Amino acid sequence: MDLLALFCGLLFGLGVLLSGMSDPTRVLGFLDLAGPWNPSLLVVLVCAVLTAFIPLQLAQRRRVSLLGEAVAFPQTRPINRRLLLGSALFGVGWGLTGLCPGPALAALPSLHAAVWLFVASLLAGMASVELWQRRVAQTRLADVHTP
Amino acid sequence: MFTIDWSAFTPVPSAVGGVLIGAAAAALALGGGKIAGVSGIVGGALADALAARAQTTWRLQFVLGIVLAAVLWSLWGSIPGTFTHTSWLVWAIGGWLVGAGSRLGSGCASGHGVCGLARLSPRSFAAVATFTATAIATAVAVHRLLH
Repeated sequence: MDLLALFCGLLFGLGVLLSGMSDPTRVLGFLDLAGPWNPSLLVVLVCAVLTAFIPLQLAQRRRVSLLGEAVAFPQTRPINRRLLLGSALFGVGWGLTGLCPGPALAALPSLHAAVWLFVASLLAGMASVELWQRRVAQTRLADVHTP
Repeated sequence: MFTIDWSAFTPVPSAVGGVLIGAAAAALALGGGKIAGVSGIVGGALADALAARAQTTWRLQFVLGIVLAAVLWSLWGSIPGTFTHTSWLVWAIGGWLVGAGSRLGSGCASGHGVCGLARLSPRSFAAVATFTATAIATAVAVHRLLH
């Protein structure tokens, strides 16, 4: 499993770099409809989804993966406020910078300080959600135990 | 006026890159039963670290793979992107929003965008529509502010 994950990470990183998606100006060229529009990101997304389509459809019908791991896909949950609010915030950050988590990791070895600042803030944002979630869980637990 | 920036459009490398990203998602799902979503993987590793739990090593291997791909890439050429188009404050705020938003919304461009759409998950369709809309609105607003 570890070796497979390393291989998949390599393949994923190579795909991001080859498609040029580590370059925020190319991503913003797609998002900024007010300027000259660059459709490259759409080509990346469509090709990625088409390539992954049949394998993911097959994978989600299995209980055990080819390597014998349990298939741990997200369970079907309703579309809720949390999903929409989170995605909306993500989009604002993406539209401000032109970077999202995958390309940001792939750009780290460029040693640009801006990328490292972005990734540090990204981890801080994730940690904030994690700590907030834990506080909510503790408050709920406290409520249950209050007579 | 809406114009297409043909000079910046790179269909072939974008298509090949997209196929590689899709293949990485396919291999991780079929082989390992896991979703190749970068925010889920990084966020999961961070949650383990914050809770002082033992790390799930495949997550770290996947991240290592992305960074390693970029290190190998930089032996040949430079990593695409100059990262000079915006200010430090925007990198910091944008990174935080991307991190917090992707955790709240349970996914980013890879988890919802590639894997979720390929799985035909209704939640992912809602997430992609939401973050693409707010990202385009943000990028256009920034464009109008600067020009």
